[in-house]
Amino acid sequence: MVHQVEDAVLEIHDLTVTYNKKPVLWDIDLTLPKGSIIGIIGPNGAGKSTLIKSIMGLVPNSSGYIKVFDKELNKVRNKVSYVPQKESVDWDFPASVLDVVLMGRYSKLGLFKRPRKADREVALDCIRKVGMEQFLNRQISQLSGGQQQRVFIARALAQEADIYFMDEPFAGVDAATERAIITMLREMTEKGKTVIVIHHDLQSASEYFNWIVLLNMRLVASGPTALTLTPELLQETYGGKLTLLAEVGNLMEKGEFPTRDKR
Amino acid sequence: MENLLEFFSFADPNIRYVTLGSVLLCSSAAIVGCFIFLKKKALVGDAVAHSVLPGVCLAFIIAENKNPVLLVAGAFLTGWISLVAIDYITAKSKIKEDTAIGLILSVFFGIGILMLTWIQGSGIAAQSGLDHFLFGKAASLIGQDLIVFGTVSIILLAVVFLLFKELTLISFDGAFAQSIGFPVRGLELILTTLTVLAVVTGIQAIGVVLMAAILVTPAAAAKFWTDKLKVMIILAACFGAVSGVTGAYISYIAPSMPTGPWIVMIISIIALVSFFFAPKKGIVNRLIEKRRIQNQITEENILKLLFNIGEADEDYFKARTIKDIIQRRPFHVSVLKSGLSRLKNQGFLEKENGYWKFTEAGKTKGQRMVKLHRLWELYLTEYLKIAPDHVHEDAETIEHIITPELEKRLEEKLQYPKLDPHKSEIPYNN
Repeated sequence: MVHQVEDAVLEIHDLTVTYNKKPVLWDIDLTLPKGSIIGIIGPNGAGKSTLIKSIMGLVPNSSGYIKVFDKELNKVRNKVSYVPQKESVDWDFPASVLDVVLMGRYSKLGLFKRPRKADREVALDCIRKVGMEQFLNRQISQLSGGQQQRVFIARALAQEADIYFMDEPFAGVDAATERAIITMLREMTEKGKTVIVIHHDLQSASEYFNWIVLLNMRLVASGPTALTLTPELLQETYGGKLTLLAEVGNLMEKGEFPTRDKR
Repeated sequence: MENLLEFFSFADPNIRYVTLGSVLLCSSAAIVGCFIFLKKKALVGDAVAHSVLPGVCLAFIIAENKNPVLLVAGAFLTGWISLVAIDYITAKSKIKEDTAIGLILSVFFGIGILMLTWIQGSGIAAQSGLDHFLFGKAASLIGQDLIVFGTVSIILLAVVFLLFKELTLISFDGAFAQSIGFPVRGLELILTTLTVLAVVTGIQAIGVVLMAAILVTPAAAAKFWTDKLKVMIILAACFGAVSGVTGAYISYIAPSMPTGPWIVMIISIIALVSFFFAPKKGIVNRLIEKRRIQNQITEENILKLLFNIGEADEDYFKARTIKDIIQRRPFHVSVLKSGLSRLKNQGFLEKENGYWKFTEAGKTKGQRMVKLHRLWELYLTEYLKIAPDHVHEDAETIEHIITPELEKRLEEKLQYPKLDPHKSEIPYNN
């Protein structure tokens, strides 16, 4: 059940990703529409984070290619924003909320240059958008988990990108904030931006997203929410691993097999 | 004393040079060390420090003298190889990074010591003082040596200044840096190179064995004092500089004394002082804070108890003995006595002929504690569905934590209830 779209903002073609030689994503093929808010859903270990990381070029692909805005990622990096998982950094780092959000401007600044006044103002504006203005100079370790998450979202907003990839942006965020952020993301998609979110809560998924990608080591479905969040497809996504697939993966991890035949 | 005056008058140009050199290299190493520390690569710094020794010896064997340029080149070469080897082992084998570091450190240092011993037996004329490369001698930091090591330090400072933003970003969030297209591998290569160079600057004045301490200790100490990166870097540089000056002084008054251990002693003392006495994060401060909270809990418990007793007697201002109090709750007598006298000093209690009684303010505060206790019990039974006979212990702790703001929210959420789960009345003001 994979819907392909014309004029896709993101095209993934036959993508296989391995971790320690063991495939964690098998032959993913999908296209995503512009101006939508898209949820990636699947059980733990389904490869959701890996998918986003491989789109961002953070993990090597064993085969296939990825195109963002019909171009290679490196040509359009300044239009692409990435929100890593909150746990991926050490929040004890000596930096303030403003310092971290200013990092979102670095892609516009390039190497060697210091942030200018304009960058500072954009950063302040983004901090206001996530409701963190009273914590501007607070050291980031003194924030709650949800506030730290909001700092990361503000940093992404400061990038002023056209497509956003967010790895579990709602982990640890309280319900009211989650709702406020979703409203803000929806407004962004109305202006033609595309937002792709890894999400865990099936309950809210149907309400938040207008496009859903169901993933469990392989692509189960990709399409409009009404067509994808069906009991059958959810059962296929969550109904246990394909044991044969997992065992082949284990063999590849142990042996010295190449992921793809050399031609 | 005379020595001290003579040294710090800096009349002797040699003293000036040695001091300048020590300060420069200690503070530049400390600045680079901040990023190594934040990137959690402290052990790598130690490995490099030990791994430059074979390079130093090799340079000496080739040149048969202590040409500083060659020494730097040799040290740089093997320092670099050690890092590449650690990366390679970690990436390509099942051996984890800590093991790889231990392995490389000992193998390289072992080879270095072997070469050093061989040189000492070889009869090369210029070898005297080569053993200073193990533990350092700041007093020898003059002439060409100063120029070479000083130049390397200045290069370090310049690179950190130019790439401050980039180094900060890769230390905090490498994945994000890569996602915005920063050349993360290149920047990491630069940081690695800076690490090796920072170690190399110290081979003469501090020695390879202890150079890792100058790299990482100032940063670790500075982190106790501040949450701002720029302040942390400046502090680390100052700590480095102070230990550098001291090292130079020791080396001047006691020429046969190795400098490295002294510099490390000073920086360690600074680190220990920071560890214990830094405001907010220091151990002592945290102990004082813990003590303050324990006292506060005792005081609040006494007031609460007096209110409870008053509630039962329907007389809140009746005078009570210590015995009355202990009968209701088994306080330690000494804890209770000191708590009571603090409460008297704070104006919450009055004492008459060995009897204790509430002041108006004391009663209000006791009443608030009882109210919070009962509100929290109610909250637990209503919202967390906990059985009424299991909520008391929880409330005993939480009542001391609730702020006035949370108190208001709690009251509103429960809509100013009259009774707690045990049917006791919840006492409100008015």
